[in-house]
Amino acid sequence: MSIVEIRNLSYSYPGLNKPALINIDLTIEKGDFIILTGPSGCGKTTLCRCLNGLIPHFYNGDLTGDVIVTGLSVKDNPTSKIAQHVGFVFQNPENQLFALSVEKDIAFGLENLAVPRTEIRKQVDHALDLLGITNLRDNAPYELSGGQKQRVAIACILAMHPELMILDEPTSFLDPVAAKNLFEIIYALNKELGLTIILVEHRLDLLCTYANRVIIMDEGKVKADGIPRDILSSKEVLSLGIGIPKITKLYLELKASGIHLGDPPISVNEIAQEIRTLMLND
Amino acid sequence: MIEVENVSFTYPSGVEALKEINVKINDADFIAIIGENGAGKTTFIKHLNGILKPTQGDIYINGLNTKKASIAELSRDVGLVFQNPDHQLFCETVEDEIAFGLKNFGFNKDAISERVTWALNLLDLTKYGKVSPFMLSGGERKRVALATILAWDPKILVLDEPTIGQDFHQKDKLRQFIVQLNSQGRTVIMVTHDVEFVADCNPKVIVMSNNRIIATGSAREVLTNFDILAKASVLPPQITQLFIKLSDLGLPQNVIDLYEAKQLIIDLTKGRLNNEGL
Repeated sequence: MSIVEIRNLSYSYPGLNKPALINIDLTIEKGDFIILTGPSGCGKTTLCRCLNGLIPHFYNGDLTGDVIVTGLSVKDNPTSKIAQHVGFVFQNPENQLFALSVEKDIAFGLENLAVPRTEIRKQVDHALDLLGITNLRDNAPYELSGGQKQRVAIACILAMHPELMILDEPTSFLDPVAAKNLFEIIYALNKELGLTIILVEHRLDLLCTYANRVIIMDEGKVKADGIPRDILSSKEVLSLGIGIPKITKLYLELKASGIHLGDPPISVNEIAQEIRTLMLND
Repeated sequence: MIEVENVSFTYPSGVEALKEINVKINDADFIAIIGENGAGKTTFIKHLNGILKPTQGDIYINGLNTKKASIAELSRDVGLVFQNPDHQLFCETVEDEIAFGLKNFGFNKDAISERVTWALNLLDLTKYGKVSPFMLSGGERKRVALATILAWDPKILVLDEPTIGQDFHQKDKLRQFIVQLNSQGRTVIMVTHDVEFVADCNPKVIVMSNNRIIATGSAREVLTNFDILAKASVLPPQITQLFIKLSDLGLPQNVIDLYEAKQLIIDLTKGRLNNEGL
Protein backbone atom coordinates (compact mmCIF):
# COMPACT_ATOMS: atom_id res chain seq x y z
CA MET A 1 0.00 0.00 0.00
CA SER A 2 1.41 3.37 -0.90
CA ILE A 3 1.85 6.02 1.78
CA VAL A 4 3.08 8.80 -0.51
CA GLU A 5 1.83 9.57 -4.01
CA ILE A 6 3.53 12.39 -5.86
CA ARG A 7 2.18 13.27 -9.29
CA ASN A 8 3.91 15.72 -11.61
CA LEU A 9 5.14 17.92 -8.77
CA SER A 10 6.98 21.13 -9.57
CA TYR A 11 7.84 23.86 -7.10
CA SER A 12 9.67 27.19 -7.03
CA TYR A 13 10.61 29.13 -3.91
CA PRO A 14 9.30 32.70 -3.83
CA GLY A 15 11.78 35.09 -5.42
CA LEU A 16 13.88 32.43 -7.12
CA ASN A 17 13.49 31.96 -10.86
CA LYS A 18 14.87 28.45 -11.03
CA PRO A 19 12.41 25.75 -9.94
CA ALA A 20 13.62 23.65 -7.00
CA LEU A 21 11.57 20.61 -8.08
CA ILE A 22 10.68 19.69 -11.65
CA ASN A 23 7.97 17.18 -12.68
CA ILE A 24 8.51 14.69 -9.87
CA ASP A 25 6.55 11.44 -9.94
CA LEU A 26 7.13 9.18 -6.97
CA THR A 27 5.32 6.48 -5.02
CA ILE A 28 6.49 5.39 -1.60
CA GLU A 29 5.19 2.15 -0.10
CA LYS A 30 4.26 1.64 3.53
CA GLY A 31 7.25 0.14 5.39
CA ASP A 32 9.87 1.43 2.96
CA PHE A 33 13.25 2.54 4.35
CA ILE A 34 14.42 5.08 1.82
CA ILE A 35 17.72 6.90 1.53
CA LEU A 36 17.19 10.16 -0.33
CA THR A 37 20.44 11.55 -1.62
CA GLY A 38 21.95 13.74 -4.34
CA PRO A 39 24.29 16.67 -4.81
CA SER A 40 24.05 19.66 -2.50
CA GLY A 41 21.14 21.88 -3.56
CA CYS A 42 19.47 19.15 -5.68
CA GLY A 43 16.09 19.51 -3.98
CA LYS A 44 16.19 16.78 -1.31
CA THR A 45 15.17 19.01 1.57
CA THR A 46 12.62 20.80 -0.62
CA LEU A 47 10.98 17.48 -1.49
CA CYS A 48 10.80 16.58 2.21
CA ARG A 49 9.19 19.94 2.99
CA CYS A 50 6.47 19.10 0.46
CA LEU A 51 5.70 15.89 2.32
CA ASN A 52 4.77 17.55 5.62
CA GLY A 53 3.12 20.61 4.12
CA LEU A 54 5.80 23.16 5.10
CA ILE A 55 5.63 23.66 1.35
CA PRO A 56 3.34 25.30 0.33
CA HIS A 57 1.87 26.47 3.67
CA PHE A 58 4.97 27.96 5.33
CA TYR A 59 7.32 28.68 2.43
CA ASN A 60 4.59 29.75 -0.04
CA GLY A 61 6.02 29.79 -3.57
CA ASP A 62 4.54 28.14 -6.62
CA LEU A 63 3.51 24.49 -6.34
CA THR A 64 1.89 22.52 -9.15
CA GLY A 65 0.96 18.84 -9.29
CA ASP A 66 -0.26 16.64 -6.44
CA VAL A 67 1.28 15.45 -3.21
CA ILE A 68 -0.86 12.92 -1.35
CA VAL A 69 0.60 11.76 1.97
CA THR A 70 -1.25 9.14 4.06
CA GLY A 71 -4.29 9.87 1.93
CA LEU A 72 -4.17 13.65 2.57
CA SER A 73 -3.51 16.18 -0.13
CA VAL A 74 -0.90 18.53 1.36
CA LYS A 75 -2.27 21.46 -0.63
CA ASP A 76 -5.72 21.08 0.93
CA ASN A 77 -4.78 20.23 4.50
CA PRO A 78 -3.13 22.43 7.15
CA THR A 79 0.32 21.45 8.45
CA SER A 80 -1.21 20.77 11.87
CA LYS A 81 -3.27 17.97 10.35
CA ILE A 82 -0.43 16.53 8.29
CA ALA A 83 1.86 16.64 11.33
CA GLN A 84 -0.31 13.99 12.95
CA HIS A 85 0.75 11.54 10.26
CA VAL A 86 4.19 12.75 9.16
CA GLY A 87 7.06 13.36 11.58
CA PHE A 88 10.06 15.48 10.61
CA VAL A 89 13.45 15.27 12.34
CA PHE A 90 15.83 18.11 11.50
CA GLN A 91 19.57 18.03 10.90
CA ASN A 92 20.34 19.90 14.07
CA PRO A 93 18.29 18.73 17.10
CA GLU A 94 18.94 22.10 18.73
CA ASN A 95 16.52 23.63 16.21
CA GLN A 96 13.78 21.37 17.51
CA LEU A 97 14.23 21.06 21.29
CA PHE A 98 13.32 23.91 23.60
CA ALA A 99 11.62 22.67 26.80
CA LEU A 100 13.30 22.50 30.18
CA SER A 101 13.13 18.73 30.41
CA VAL A 102 13.22 15.84 27.98
CA GLU A 103 9.84 14.65 29.22
CA LYS A 104 8.22 18.03 28.58
CA ASP A 105 9.70 18.25 25.12
CA ILE A 106 8.26 14.87 24.20
CA ALA A 107 4.86 15.77 25.68
CA PHE A 108 4.67 19.07 23.78
CA GLY A 109 3.42 17.68 20.47
CA LEU A 110 0.77 15.57 22.18
CA GLU A 111 -0.41 18.52 24.29
CA ASN A 112 -0.91 20.47 21.08
CA LEU A 113 -3.06 17.70 19.74
CA ALA A 114 -5.14 17.89 22.96
CA VAL A 115 -4.42 14.29 23.87
CA PRO A 116 -5.75 13.44 27.40
CA ARG A 117 -3.17 13.75 30.21
CA THR A 118 -3.06 10.05 31.15
CA GLU A 119 -2.60 9.11 27.50
CA ILE A 120 0.24 11.65 27.15
CA ARG A 121 2.02 10.04 30.11
CA LYS A 122 1.68 6.64 28.51
CA GLN A 123 2.95 7.79 25.13
CA VAL A 124 5.89 9.71 26.62
CA ASP A 125 6.95 6.63 28.60
CA HIS A 126 6.66 4.48 25.51
CA ALA A 127 8.72 6.86 23.35
CA LEU A 128 11.42 7.16 26.03
CA ASP A 129 11.56 3.39 26.22
CA LEU A 130 11.79 2.89 22.42
CA LEU A 131 14.75 5.26 22.16
CA GLY A 132 16.45 3.91 25.28
CA ILE A 133 16.47 7.30 27.04
CA THR A 134 14.18 6.71 30.03
CA ASN A 135 17.09 7.65 32.30
CA LEU A 136 17.24 11.09 30.69
CA ARG A 137 13.59 12.06 31.22
CA ASP A 138 14.29 14.76 33.82
CA ASN A 139 17.41 16.15 32.15
CA ALA A 140 17.37 19.46 30.31
CA PRO A 141 17.93 18.87 26.58
CA TYR A 142 20.82 21.38 26.53
CA GLU A 143 22.75 19.23 29.03
CA LEU A 144 22.77 16.27 26.68
CA SER A 145 25.32 15.11 24.12
CA GLY A 146 24.59 15.46 20.39
CA GLY A 147 23.58 11.81 20.06
CA GLN A 148 21.29 12.00 23.08
CA LYS A 149 19.68 15.20 21.79
CA GLN A 150 18.96 13.61 18.43
CA ARG A 151 17.35 10.63 20.17
CA VAL A 152 15.15 13.01 22.15
CA ALA A 153 14.16 14.76 18.91
CA ILE A 154 13.15 11.41 17.43
CA ALA A 155 11.24 10.48 20.61
CA CYS A 156 9.28 13.76 20.32
CA ILE A 157 8.19 12.78 16.83
CA LEU A 158 7.58 9.15 17.65
CA ALA A 159 5.28 9.97 20.56
CA MET A 160 2.84 11.39 18.02
CA HIS A 161 2.64 8.02 16.22
CA PRO A 162 3.54 9.14 12.73
CA GLU A 163 3.09 6.73 9.87
CA LEU A 164 5.96 8.33 7.99
CA MET A 165 9.14 9.69 9.56
CA ILE A 166 11.41 12.00 7.55
CA LEU A 167 14.92 12.62 8.85
CA ASP A 168 17.06 15.30 7.21
CA GLU A 169 20.74 14.37 7.72
CA PRO A 170 20.06 13.44 11.34
CA THR A 171 23.63 12.38 12.09
CA SER A 172 25.52 15.40 10.74
CA PHE A 173 26.46 16.58 14.18
CA LEU A 174 27.20 13.14 15.64
CA ASP A 175 30.41 11.20 15.94
CA PRO A 176 30.55 8.00 13.86
CA VAL A 177 29.74 5.65 16.72
CA ALA A 178 26.76 7.76 17.81
CA ALA A 179 25.67 7.95 14.15
CA LYS A 180 25.79 4.17 13.75
CA ASN A 181 23.81 3.69 16.98
CA LEU A 182 21.18 6.14 15.76
CA PHE A 183 20.84 4.39 12.40
CA GLU A 184 20.35 1.10 14.24
CA ILE A 185 17.54 2.60 16.31
CA ILE A 186 15.87 3.97 13.18
CA TYR A 187 16.24 0.59 11.51
CA ALA A 188 14.60 -1.13 14.49
CA LEU A 189 11.66 1.31 14.34
CA ASN A 190 11.28 0.48 10.67
CA LYS A 191 11.43 -3.28 11.18
CA GLU A 192 9.51 -3.61 14.44
CA LEU A 193 6.86 -0.89 14.11
CA GLY A 194 6.68 -0.89 10.32
CA LEU A 195 7.35 2.85 10.37
CA THR A 196 8.07 4.21 6.89
CA ILE A 197 11.39 6.05 6.85
CA ILE A 198 12.77 8.66 4.47
CA LEU A 199 16.32 9.54 5.44
CA VAL A 200 18.24 12.31 3.69
CA GLU A 201 21.96 11.55 3.81
CA HIS A 202 25.23 12.04 1.93
CA ARG A 203 27.29 9.48 3.81
CA LEU A 204 26.04 6.21 2.42
CA ASP A 205 28.77 4.00 3.88
CA LEU A 206 27.14 3.79 7.31
CA LEU A 207 23.64 3.50 6.02
CA CYS A 208 23.13 1.49 2.86
CA THR A 209 22.78 -1.86 4.61
CA TYR A 210 19.62 -0.65 6.37
CA ALA A 211 17.66 0.73 3.43
CA ASN A 212 15.55 -1.20 0.91
CA ARG A 213 15.53 1.67 -1.55
CA VAL A 214 17.76 4.57 -2.62
CA ILE A 215 16.36 7.59 -4.44
CA ILE A 216 18.85 9.92 -6.09
CA MET A 217 17.96 13.46 -7.06
CA ASP A 218 19.79 15.98 -9.20
CA GLU A 219 18.75 19.46 -10.25
CA GLY A 220 15.22 19.09 -8.94
CA LYS A 221 14.53 15.73 -10.57
CA VAL A 222 14.58 12.08 -9.53
CA LYS A 223 17.53 10.58 -11.41
CA ALA A 224 17.65 7.04 -10.03
CA ASP A 225 15.47 4.87 -7.81
CA GLY A 226 16.09 1.27 -6.80
CA ILE A 227 17.70 -1.14 -4.33
CA PRO A 228 21.01 0.07 -2.82
CA ARG A 229 23.18 -2.62 -4.40
CA ASP A 230 22.11 -1.78 -7.95
CA ILE A 231 21.95 1.97 -7.53
CA LEU A 232 25.34 2.40 -5.87
CA SER A 233 27.20 0.55 -8.59
CA SER A 234 25.33 2.06 -11.56
CA LYS A 235 27.20 4.21 -14.07
CA GLU A 236 24.56 6.91 -13.85
CA VAL A 237 25.17 7.35 -10.14
CA LEU A 238 28.92 7.50 -10.57
CA SER A 239 28.55 10.25 -13.15
CA LEU A 240 26.41 12.24 -10.71
CA GLY A 241 29.23 12.07 -8.21
CA ILE A 242 27.26 10.55 -5.37
CA GLY A 243 29.53 9.62 -2.48
CA ILE A 244 29.36 5.88 -2.90
CA PRO A 245 30.97 3.82 -0.11
CA LYS A 246 34.74 3.25 -0.47
CA ILE A 247 34.30 -0.52 -0.68
CA THR A 248 31.79 -0.18 -3.53
CA LYS A 249 34.33 2.07 -5.24
CA LEU A 250 37.08 -0.49 -4.63
CA TYR A 251 34.83 -3.14 -6.21
CA LEU A 252 34.38 -0.95 -9.30
CA GLU A 253 38.11 -0.12 -9.49
CA LEU A 254 38.99 -3.83 -9.31
CA LYS A 255 36.39 -4.63 -11.95
CA ALA A 256 37.96 -2.03 -14.25
CA SER A 257 41.28 -3.84 -13.74
CA GLY A 258 39.81 -7.18 -14.70
CA ILE A 259 39.13 -8.56 -11.20
CA HIS A 260 35.47 -9.58 -10.95
CA LEU A 261 34.02 -10.10 -7.50
CA GLY A 262 30.38 -11.10 -8.08
CA ASP A 263 27.56 -8.82 -6.87
CA PRO A 264 28.42 -5.23 -5.94
CA PRO A 265 29.09 -5.18 -2.18
CA ILE A 266 27.42 -2.75 0.19
CA SER A 267 29.27 -3.76 3.36
CA VAL A 268 32.86 -4.50 4.38
CA ASN A 269 31.86 -8.08 5.25
CA GLU A 270 30.44 -8.67 1.79
CA ILE A 271 33.53 -7.54 -0.10
CA ALA A 272 35.83 -9.40 2.33
CA GLN A 273 33.84 -12.56 1.63
CA GLU A 274 33.99 -12.01 -2.13
CA ILE A 275 37.77 -11.52 -2.08
CA ARG A 276 38.15 -14.71 -0.05
CA THR A 277 35.94 -16.63 -2.48
CA LEU A 278 37.99 -15.29 -5.40
CA MET A 279 41.25 -16.42 -3.77
CA LEU A 280 39.87 -19.91 -3.05
CA ASN A 281 38.49 -20.40 -6.55
CA ASP A 282 41.57 -19.23 -8.39
CA MET B 1 53.28 28.90 14.67
CA ILE B 2 50.78 27.88 17.33
CA GLU B 3 52.13 26.93 20.74
CA VAL B 4 49.71 25.47 23.25
CA GLU B 5 51.29 25.12 26.67
CA ASN B 6 49.61 23.14 29.41
CA VAL B 7 46.17 24.56 28.65
CA SER B 8 43.12 23.69 30.70
CA PHE B 9 39.75 25.33 30.34
CA THR B 10 36.69 25.26 32.57
CA TYR B 11 33.41 26.80 31.41
CA PRO B 12 31.76 29.24 33.87
CA SER B 13 29.18 26.50 34.60
CA GLY B 14 32.02 24.43 36.08
CA VAL B 15 32.28 21.97 33.18
CA GLU B 16 35.92 21.14 32.56
CA ALA B 17 36.29 21.03 28.78
CA LEU B 18 40.06 20.93 28.26
CA LYS B 19 42.67 19.26 30.43
CA GLU B 20 46.41 19.85 30.15
CA ILE B 21 46.61 20.33 26.41
CA ASN B 22 50.14 20.58 25.02
CA VAL B 23 50.71 20.83 21.31
CA LYS B 24 52.82 22.75 18.84
CA ILE B 25 51.49 23.39 15.33
CA ASN B 26 54.04 24.66 12.83
CA ASP B 27 53.48 27.02 9.92
CA ALA B 28 52.05 25.19 6.91
CA ASP B 29 51.01 22.16 8.96
CA PHE B 30 47.84 20.36 7.91
CA ILE B 31 46.07 18.93 10.94
CA ALA B 32 42.84 17.00 11.47
CA ILE B 33 41.40 16.83 14.96
CA ILE B 34 39.14 13.85 15.58
CA GLY B 35 37.36 12.64 18.71
CA GLU B 36 33.95 11.82 20.18
CA ASN B 37 31.10 14.29 20.69
CA GLY B 38 32.01 16.37 23.72
CA ALA B 39 35.73 15.50 23.57
CA GLY B 40 36.67 19.19 23.63
CA LYS B 41 37.54 19.68 19.95
CA THR B 42 35.39 22.76 19.38
CA THR B 43 36.37 24.25 22.74
CA PHE B 44 39.99 23.81 21.74
CA ILE B 45 39.74 25.55 18.37
CA LYS B 46 37.76 28.43 19.89
CA HIS B 47 40.95 29.15 21.83
CA LEU B 48 42.91 29.68 18.63
CA ASN B 49 41.31 33.00 17.71
CA GLY B 50 40.78 34.05 21.30
CA ILE B 51 36.99 33.55 21.59
CA LEU B 52 37.92 31.53 24.66
CA LYS B 53 40.98 32.14 26.82
CA PRO B 54 42.65 29.35 28.81
CA THR B 55 41.71 29.02 32.47
CA GLN B 56 45.21 27.72 32.97
CA GLY B 57 48.27 27.69 30.71
CA ASP B 58 48.98 29.82 27.62
CA ILE B 59 48.48 29.82 23.87
CA TYR B 60 50.83 31.73 21.56
CA ILE B 61 49.83 32.52 17.98
CA ASN B 62 53.00 33.57 16.14
CA GLY B 63 54.45 34.55 19.49
CA LEU B 64 51.40 36.56 20.62
CA ASN B 65 49.76 35.36 23.84
CA THR B 66 46.01 35.03 23.18
CA LYS B 67 45.28 36.40 26.65
CA LYS B 68 46.91 39.69 25.67
CA ALA B 69 45.30 40.04 22.23
CA SER B 70 41.79 40.97 21.07
CA ILE B 71 39.70 38.60 18.98
CA ALA B 72 39.90 41.14 16.11
CA GLU B 73 43.70 41.13 16.26
CA LEU B 74 43.90 37.34 16.34
CA SER B 75 41.26 36.87 13.64
CA ARG B 76 43.37 38.63 11.05
CA ASP B 77 45.74 35.64 11.25
CA VAL B 78 43.36 32.93 12.41
CA GLY B 79 40.16 32.44 10.42
CA LEU B 80 37.66 30.20 12.17
CA VAL B 81 34.71 28.69 10.30
CA PHE B 82 32.04 27.49 12.69
CA GLN B 83 30.37 24.11 12.54
CA ASN B 84 26.89 25.53 12.17
CA PRO B 85 26.80 28.24 9.48
CA ASP B 86 23.68 29.71 11.05
CA HIS B 87 25.82 30.82 13.99
CA GLN B 88 27.83 32.93 11.59
CA LEU B 89 25.60 34.24 8.79
CA PHE B 90 23.37 37.28 9.23
CA CYS B 91 23.64 39.60 6.19
CA GLU B 92 20.98 40.14 3.54
CA THR B 93 22.95 38.77 0.61
CA VAL B 94 25.78 36.32 0.18
CA GLU B 95 27.96 39.13 -1.24
CA ASP B 96 27.35 41.36 1.79
CA GLU B 97 28.17 38.44 4.01
CA ILE B 98 31.56 37.92 2.37
CA ALA B 99 32.28 41.65 2.27
CA PHE B 100 31.49 42.12 5.96
CA GLY B 101 34.76 40.79 7.37
CA LEU B 102 36.77 42.57 4.69
CA LYS B 103 35.15 45.92 5.57
CA ASN B 104 35.95 45.38 9.22
CA PHE B 105 39.58 44.73 8.42
CA GLY B 106 39.68 47.99 6.46
CA PHE B 107 40.17 46.65 2.94
CA ASN B 108 39.45 49.28 0.27
CA LYS B 109 36.40 49.09 -1.99
CA ASP B 110 38.18 47.65 -5.02
CA ALA B 111 39.99 45.00 -3.00
CA ILE B 112 36.69 44.03 -1.38
CA SER B 113 34.90 43.62 -4.69
CA GLU B 114 37.81 41.64 -6.13
CA ARG B 115 38.02 39.30 -3.15
CA VAL B 116 34.26 38.78 -2.97
CA THR B 117 34.27 37.73 -6.63
CA TRP B 118 37.24 35.43 -6.02
CA ALA B 119 35.67 33.75 -2.98
CA LEU B 120 32.27 33.31 -4.68
CA ASN B 121 33.94 31.65 -7.61
CA LEU B 122 36.16 29.42 -5.48
CA LEU B 123 33.19 28.00 -3.61
CA ASP B 124 30.81 27.66 -6.52
CA LEU B 125 28.56 30.43 -5.20
CA THR B 126 28.74 33.03 -7.98
CA LYS B 127 25.10 32.48 -8.97
CA TYR B 128 24.01 33.18 -5.38
CA GLY B 129 25.84 36.50 -4.91
CA LYS B 130 22.63 38.55 -4.65
CA VAL B 131 20.62 35.88 -2.85
CA SER B 132 19.91 35.80 0.90
CA PRO B 133 22.05 33.15 2.62
CA PHE B 134 18.89 31.90 4.29
CA MET B 135 17.38 30.90 0.94
CA LEU B 136 20.24 28.45 0.36
CA SER B 137 20.51 24.78 1.28
CA GLY B 138 22.42 23.66 4.37
CA GLY B 139 25.43 22.60 2.32
CA GLU B 140 25.46 25.88 0.41
CA ARG B 141 25.23 27.96 3.61
CA LYS B 142 28.20 26.00 4.90
CA ARG B 143 30.19 27.07 1.83
CA VAL B 144 29.12 30.70 2.27
CA ALA B 145 30.47 30.59 5.83
CA LEU B 146 33.76 29.26 4.49
CA ALA B 147 33.89 31.91 1.74
CA THR B 148 33.50 34.74 4.29
CA ILE B 149 36.65 33.61 6.07
CA LEU B 150 38.73 32.66 3.02
CA ALA B 151 38.07 36.12 1.56
CA TRP B 152 40.50 37.82 3.97
CA ASP B 153 43.06 35.08 3.50
CA PRO B 154 44.10 34.31 7.07
CA LYS B 155 47.45 32.53 7.52
CA ILE B 156 45.83 29.95 9.75
CA LEU B 157 42.54 28.44 8.68
CA VAL B 158 40.48 26.59 11.29
CA LEU B 159 37.47 24.61 10.04
CA ASP B 160 34.90 23.00 12.33
CA GLU B 161 33.34 20.03 10.51
CA PRO B 162 33.79 21.42 6.98
CA THR B 163 32.23 18.40 5.22
CA ILE B 164 28.81 18.52 6.89
CA GLY B 165 26.06 18.62 4.26
CA GLN B 166 28.56 18.50 1.39
CA ASP B 167 28.05 16.05 -1.44
CA PHE B 168 30.83 14.03 -3.02
CA HIS B 169 31.80 16.68 -5.60
CA GLN B 170 31.84 19.50 -3.08
CA LYS B 171 33.82 17.39 -0.65
CA ASP B 172 36.37 16.60 -3.29
CA LYS B 173 36.65 20.26 -4.28
CA LEU B 174 36.95 21.15 -0.61
CA ARG B 175 39.78 18.65 -0.26
CA GLN B 176 41.53 20.02 -3.32
CA PHE B 177 41.49 23.61 -2.22
CA ILE B 178 42.35 22.83 1.39
CA VAL B 179 45.37 20.91 0.10
CA GLN B 180 46.18 23.77 -2.27
CA LEU B 181 45.91 26.46 0.43
CA ASN B 182 48.09 24.30 2.63
CA SER B 183 50.71 23.81 -0.07
CA GLN B 184 50.80 27.60 -0.51
CA GLY B 185 51.92 27.87 3.09
CA ARG B 186 48.70 28.33 5.04
CA THR B 187 48.23 26.31 8.18
CA VAL B 188 45.00 24.29 8.01
CA ILE B 189 43.36 22.80 11.08
CA MET B 190 40.09 20.94 10.66
CA VAL B 191 37.86 19.28 13.19
CA THR B 192 35.99 16.38 11.64
CA HIS B 193 34.14 13.13 12.28
CA ASP B 194 34.55 12.14 8.68
CA VAL B 195 37.31 9.51 8.71
CA GLU B 196 36.95 8.83 5.01
CA PHE B 197 37.68 12.51 4.37
CA VAL B 198 40.71 12.33 6.66
CA ALA B 199 41.93 9.24 4.79
CA ASP B 200 41.57 11.14 1.49
CA CYS B 201 43.31 14.31 2.75
CA ASN B 202 46.12 12.51 4.58
CA PRO B 203 46.92 15.20 7.17
CA LYS B 204 48.60 14.83 10.56
CA VAL B 205 45.98 13.75 13.08
CA ILE B 206 45.36 14.83 16.67
CA VAL B 207 42.98 12.56 18.59
CA MET B 208 41.04 14.05 21.49
CA SER B 209 39.04 12.08 24.02
CA ASN B 210 37.60 13.10 27.36
CA ASN B 211 38.98 16.63 27.04
CA ARG B 212 42.57 15.54 26.51
CA ILE B 213 44.82 14.85 23.54
CA ILE B 214 45.29 11.08 23.59
CA ALA B 215 47.33 10.59 20.40
CA THR B 216 49.02 12.38 17.53
CA GLY B 217 50.49 10.91 14.36
CA SER B 218 50.15 10.51 10.63
CA ALA B 219 46.71 9.68 9.22
CA ARG B 220 47.93 6.16 8.51
CA GLU B 221 49.26 5.63 12.04
CA VAL B 222 46.16 6.96 13.76
CA LEU B 223 43.39 5.61 11.50
CA THR B 224 44.77 2.07 11.72
CA ASN B 225 45.09 2.14 15.51
CA PHE B 226 41.79 0.57 16.56
CA ASP B 227 42.31 1.10 20.32
CA ILE B 228 42.81 4.82 19.94
CA LEU B 229 39.89 5.14 17.51
CA ALA B 230 37.54 3.23 19.82
CA LYS B 231 38.42 5.57 22.71
CA ALA B 232 37.48 8.51 20.49
CA SER B 233 34.23 6.89 19.19
CA VAL B 234 35.58 6.88 15.66
CA LEU B 235 35.19 3.95 13.28
CA PRO B 236 38.17 3.08 11.05
CA PRO B 237 37.86 3.84 7.32
CA GLN B 238 36.12 1.08 5.35
CA ILE B 239 39.34 0.21 3.52
CA THR B 240 41.15 -0.27 6.84
CA GLN B 241 38.29 -2.41 8.18
CA LEU B 242 38.52 -4.59 5.07
CA PHE B 243 42.28 -5.07 5.33
CA ILE B 244 42.07 -6.01 9.00
CA LYS B 245 39.51 -8.67 8.08
CA LEU B 246 41.76 -10.00 5.32
CA SER B 247 45.06 -9.88 7.20
CA ASP B 248 45.21 -13.70 7.32
CA LEU B 249 45.64 -13.63 3.52
CA GLY B 250 48.96 -11.88 4.07
CA LEU B 251 47.69 -8.34 3.40
CA PRO B 252 49.09 -5.49 5.52
CA GLN B 253 46.78 -4.06 8.21
CA ASN B 254 47.73 -0.40 7.96
CA VAL B 255 46.05 0.56 4.70
CA ILE B 256 43.81 3.66 4.45
CA ASP B 257 44.02 4.59 0.79
CA LEU B 258 41.69 3.22 -1.89
CA TYR B 259 44.30 3.04 -4.64
CA GLU B 260 46.89 1.43 -2.42
CA ALA B 261 44.20 -1.11 -1.49
CA LYS B 262 43.39 -1.77 -5.13
CA GLN B 263 47.05 -2.39 -5.98
CA LEU B 264 47.54 -4.72 -3.01
CA ILE B 265 44.55 -6.84 -4.00
CA ILE B 266 45.72 -6.98 -7.61
CA ASP B 267 49.16 -8.09 -6.37
CA LEU B 268 47.54 -10.64 -4.10
CA THR B 269 45.58 -12.24 -6.94
CA LYS B 270 48.62 -12.21 -9.22
CA GLY B 271 50.84 -13.71 -6.51
CA ARG B 272 48.32 -16.48 -6.11
CA LEU B 273 48.30 -17.18 -9.83
CA ASN B 274 52.09 -17.23 -9.90
CA ASN B 275 52.16 -19.78 -7.09
CA GLU B 276 49.82 -22.02 -9.05
CA GLY B 277 52.12 -21.66 -12.04
CA LEU B 278 54.90 -23.16 -9.95
